[in-house]
Amino acid sequence: MAATALKEQLNGLVNSMFAEGLLDEQFQQLQMLQDGSNPGFVAEVVTLFCEDSERILADLTKLMDQAVVDYSKVDAYVHQLKGSSSSVGTQNVKLACIQFRQFCEENNQEGCMRALNVVKHEYYHLRSKFETMLQLENRIQAYETKQQN
Amino acid sequence: MGRRNQQLPPQQEAMTVEAEARFHVLAVDDSLIDRKLIERLLKTSSYQVTTVESGTKALELLGLREDQDTTPSVSLDQHEIEVNLVITDYCMPGMTGYDLLKKIKGSSSLKDIPVVIMSSENVPSRISRCLEGGAEEFFLKPVQLSDMKRLRLHLLKGKTNCKEEQQQQQQQEENNNISNGCSSNKNSNSNKRKAIDEELSPKRTRPRFSNDSLTVV
Repeated sequence: MAATALKEQLNGLVNSMFAEGLLDEQFQQLQMLQDGSNPGFVAEVVTLFCEDSERILADLTKLMDQAVVDYSKVDAYVHQLKGSSSSVGTQNVKLACIQFRQFCEENNQEGCMRALNVVKHEYYHLRSKFETMLQLENRIQAYETKQQN
Repeated sequence: MGRRNQQLPPQQEAMTVEAEARFHVLAVDDSLIDRKLIERLLKTSSYQVTTVESGTKALELLGLREDQDTTPSVSLDQHEIEVNLVITDYCMPGMTGYDLLKKIKGSSSLKDIPVVIMSSENVPSRISRCLEGGAEEFFLKPVQLSDMKRLRLHLLKGKTNCKEEQQQQQQQEENNNISNGCSSNKNSNSNKRKAIDEELSPKRTRPRFSNDSLTVV
């Protein structure tokens, strides 16, 4: 059954994300909260996270571009991103944010610039995997809806 | 021996207990993702949930404007809801979770609503400050399903349960000594609106109270 093959692919992808450290146990909590009555929960949270993160990264880029960097503002944004990545279980992004905050505290401009790049790198890497994950989920859902009808 | 206002036949009593068991929680967090998460956690645990993004909105919903100490005696305009527990993030712009806690505890009409604080940061001084300020509990984020069980303890403190009156009375007396618990009784019985849980899912385990104790079976 095509749906089974897709499910295996999806599980494989998610497992590799755990193994790579892209995701941690908090993501499993999200998976536990998804069920028949709320089948789109993980997809919804992942989508929100991506939108939120990109907004924050854009704002951070602008802030770091200033002649004089306002580190408390930068820190506030990084704190937000750290919070949401922690809630979603996106471990590597969270860790990168923690490092970033260190540099903020030190008002270390170069450190912050590098840290921002690391966060971006981690985020976009994660995002492409999330995109594949959501595509697979959609296809599986489509099959299962077809079967029900 | 304090009895409920009405004596219902056993079937209706049981149903009322179940309806009462769907407590209404007000969740406050400036993060949209965290609001989604806490909403799902609470709904999965069979609570009715309202989420807001700020302490100011929370107070509005509770019927308390920032400059008031008490809700107006004319009951319930369209924005006002009855809430059995407030769970709030600590770090929020404007009114922090701690500020919200103090407002609630400082209001004669709202002070018996249990308040739980959440934070992503494990700062012992922050935690004790909140607990001393009247918070029932402090959850570290990310909040998990296992944390939801602890809410029930705090919710049960505030509500009258028909079957376990004696035990409840004892608890009420203890609460009186700590925090003037009697008024909560009046509030919960008078202008109570039965919470209607929109997500009636047969799969969900409904909380059931055993015959001789308050523990959820």
